Amino acid sequence: MAETSAEYIQHHLTNLTYGQCSDGAWQFAPCADGASMTFLSVNVDSMGWSIGLGIVFCLIFRIAARRATAGIPGALQNAVEMLVEFIDDTCRSIFTHSNAVIAPMALTIFVWVFLMNLMDLVPVDWIPELAYALGVPYMKIVPTTDPNVTMGMALAVFALILFYSIRQKGAGGFLGELAFHPFPKVLAPVNFILESVTLLAKPLSLGLRLFGNLYAGEMIFILIALMYAGWAIGIFGGILQWAWAVFHVLIITLQAFIFAVLTVVYLAQAYDVEEEH
Amino acid sequence: MDINMTLLGQTITFIVFVWFCYKFIWPFLIEAMRERQKTIAEGLAAGEEAERSRESAREEVADRLKDAQAEAQRIVDQARSQAAQMVEQARQDARDEGDRLKEAANAEIEQEFNRARETLRGEVAALAVQGAQRILEADIDRDRHGELLNRLAAEL
Repeated sequence: MAETSAEYIQHHLTNLTYGQCSDGAWQFAPCADGASMTFLSVNVDSMGWSIGLGIVFCLIFRIAARRATAGIPGALQNAVEMLVEFIDDTCRSIFTHSNAVIAPMALTIFVWVFLMNLMDLVPVDWIPELAYALGVPYMKIVPTTDPNVTMGMALAVFALILFYSIRQKGAGGFLGELAFHPFPKVLAPVNFILESVTLLAKPLSLGLRLFGNLYAGEMIFILIALMYAGWAIGIFGGILQWAWAVFHVLIITLQAFIFAVLTVVYLAQAYDVEEEH
Repeated sequence: MDINMTLLGQTITFIVFVWFCYKFIWPFLIEAMRERQKTIAEGLAAGEEAERSRESAREEVADRLKDAQAEAQRIVDQARSQAAQMVEQARQDARDEGDRLKEAANAEIEQEFNRARETLRGEVAALAVQGAQRILEADIDRDRHGELLNRLAAEL
């Protein structure tokens, strides 16, 4: 691929998208007129990789769950149980109410997001080049560098926040919570605006935090990959890539954990009835 | 990087995976872990219980051993005192028997002695009477002086 650095970076940051162009034609991007696609389009690579990795999670954990024995656990069961125990403890310490969905959800988020982040450690050229050789023009393999993916999950969490808030407090109670804090009731409109912003900031920050961290990390990998042009600078680039990858191991784990824990925290807040001011 | 249907697709995917985990993964693992936890707790409790009962058994053994030792000591002491008593008894019996025999012998000697003395006395009296008769030449009437003679014989 003979291309400039800008084209190289642009190529690595473009999703493989299938959808409807503004002229009404259903096709893979780019559209004939060069404009971006309408909302009725799907990032095939993001969806494919995220669903694939989700299935990997489900398969591994399902196998472990089916073989789960109260006797002496095998290696797989040990590893899986360690994760389950860790998530269970974390959830218990944050979420004190009784809800059987919270802990499994936190486990799913943690492992799934971790796996999606893990794709960031695959050298940036391997799979896109392979796909290109197979005739697929674009291939972004890290789903969490796609804001659609992270915001999609944040949206689901937001829906759960609304659902549990209304279920626990009633629609009136929930609206009251939005309107009667933090100022006295006479300032209800002000309160409502403030609290609505707070509420909306939750999913927004949740999704954008993960996206931002991973996007920046991916960007740095791409920039380092640009250094593979000459021998000397290439070796230096290799060292940089290794160092950044080591550091990134921490970031991807941490971001997966933060996403899971914040979800639990937000849902705990949805359950908690705030004290009167 | 445009926002598109992927957003909703991911939301649905997320819900499906969470549901799968909630339904088919989490309960099995948690149950196995709880069960193992219970088994281990029971095992530890049983071990502790066994340790306790072993301790009490050891105490009982020690108690019984002490009892048996005391009993044995008592029996030995008893036997020893009984033996001493028997020896003492035998010695006492022997001494008594000896005394009795000695007394009997003494009495017999006394008797013999008295008898001999009586005999001697009688003979002396007869001899005295005979002597006196010879001296007095039959002046002495046995019937008249018998009393006197007898008194004389008793004095000898």
